[in-house]
Amino acid sequence: MSKTTYSIPIGPVHPSLKEPMTFNFKIYGEHIEEVCLAPGDNHRGIEFMGMQRNPVQIIYLAERICGICSASHPFAFCNAVENAAGIEVPERGQYIRVIIAELERIHSHILWAGVAAHELGFDSVLYISWRAREEVLDLLEYLTGNRINYGVFMIGGVRRDITEDQMPRIRKTLEYYKDIYGKIEDIFLKDPTIALRTKNVGVLTKEDALRLCAVGPTARASGIKKDVRQDQPYSAYADLKVKAITPDVLTGEVNGDVYDRIVVRLLELVQSLEIIEQCLENMPSGEIVAEKKLVKLLNQLKRAKGRGVGRHEAPRGECIHSVKLEEAETPKVWKARAPTYNNLMTWVPMLLGQQIADIPIVVASIDPCIACMDRVTILNKTTGQKNILTKKDLHELSVQKTRRITP
Amino acid sequence: MEHMKPEEIVGLFKGKFGDSIIDSKIESKAEGVKKNSYNTIWLKIKLENFKDTVKFLGNIQFPHFAIISGDDLGKEIELTYYFSLYYGERFKEISLNITTFLPKENLKIPTITDLIPGAQTAERETIEMFGIKVEGLPDSPNLFLPKDFAKDTYPFRRDEKGIYPLSKNGKYVGDNIVKREEEVKKVE
Repeated sequence: MSKTTYSIPIGPVHPSLKEPMTFNFKIYGEHIEEVCLAPGDNHRGIEFMGMQRNPVQIIYLAERICGICSASHPFAFCNAVENAAGIEVPERGQYIRVIIAELERIHSHILWAGVAAHELGFDSVLYISWRAREEVLDLLEYLTGNRINYGVFMIGGVRRDITEDQMPRIRKTLEYYKDIYGKIEDIFLKDPTIALRTKNVGVLTKEDALRLCAVGPTARASGIKKDVRQDQPYSAYADLKVKAITPDVLTGEVNGDVYDRIVVRLLELVQSLEIIEQCLENMPSGEIVAEKKLVKLLNQLKRAKGRGVGRHEAPRGECIHSVKLEEAETPKVWKARAPTYNNLMTWVPMLLGQQIADIPIVVASIDPCIACMDRVTILNKTTGQKNILTKKDLHELSVQKTRRITP
Repeated sequence: MEHMKPEEIVGLFKGKFGDSIIDSKIESKAEGVKKNSYNTIWLKIKLENFKDTVKFLGNIQFPHFAIISGDDLGKEIELTYYFSLYYGERFKEISLNITTFLPKENLKIPTITDLIPGAQTAERETIEMFGIKVEGLPDSPNLFLPKDFAKDTYPFRRDEKGIYPLSKNGKYVGDNIVKREEEVKKVE
């Protein structure tokens, strides 16, 4: 009998990435033999829109590139504009920026942990972890007024101060996470079923990660000690001792599999708590923004000429913005790159040779939003017979595999 | 591994490529209370030596590639490739941004995916947004723009091939879009 491969397209609608995704899989039996990626079915042209606005307006547009990274993009963008226009951020402003960015990392990583558990069929863990995430969202609302899209960043600093009477509330949240961290670690790292489903699944070797320019926890889980907060400490990170976390810190070895990506993200939770504590202890006093008067700031930006690059280690990896100002109201060039843009290609080596039931967890392991998995068509090329797998069916397959291999 | 200083890296490039380097600049940025600093190198290089520069960069260390940004300057298109070297240690990473210029009458640049496979997505984006031919990269359907996007129209161009060409007073006008819509209607 001749070898029959099936073609499975997944996607294309994927609302939360900058580039919505379509996956085309060639399947032989249960095994993936070929992966083809096709992003961009819903490109919003945000950069084009930005180039017709002034830099202060762009901050709010940048905030909306991604709902979860709504501190990362404005952080990188403000860095780039300040770099181009030669604006210095007051030290207190830098510390507040870092606190907001680290709170965002906590909420993003817990959100990811919940999604990963859901993909494996552990829905109770999804509910528990998302319940735990509420605490940091409430704190962000208390500090900034919003649970997401915080509207805190401004060119030359931040818009809201963190006052002395807000400190106890922040410390309370930090204590809460320290208390429950042991439980989270227990569930994710010591559970035999999670280990069965994630160890040696979706492996990305160090060589591939380097060649494909992977960033963030995806690269670090493969043993690349790369973290913008460590390599080019910007803002208040220049005072803090941040070290890139690789899984060998905990397990003593680097495999580059899904399990290692869980390890890295969980350890980064603890790291974020430590960073925020250091910031609270050493917070300098003074102004929070370089230029309070908006009209004056806009005039200054209108006269500025130069190029600037801003980088920030977002929860998913290096986020880079490049700006070119040429004495005009609007920037001549604005280029924004989200971390998943670079991590896209790492899906190919991760998925090759895996089973269909592993697609959800492997795709989720680089931490994109996996809303794209809403519909899967299985097409038998030779007979033309079509089966449609909904997200529910695919999820069911994944749950069944968990049950099957659990002793 | 012994790391080179940014001045040494620029010196090395100047020694190797001589007059091909149009301009070079080293920027240092210091933040936080302690004011430690990190470095960024900006290089402008002639197009004919661009690929060799990237290859030469690989001799120092396999670079991390971030993104390509572009700017339509009128007679030519400016492309900037963002790399970084020496990750893994505090304050040691050096960003290296290489800019090159492509004349409008011959918009071609060699691919760097044979050296750095991770650059493919960014190269495809420049093809679609600026209409640049990347030599050595196989043809593929649009990745970012819709598959049926108007032919020979590139969103980031500021000439007659852009989606909103500039009028004489420097304002964006929608002529091009209207014209294209009419063309589509005719075909239909």
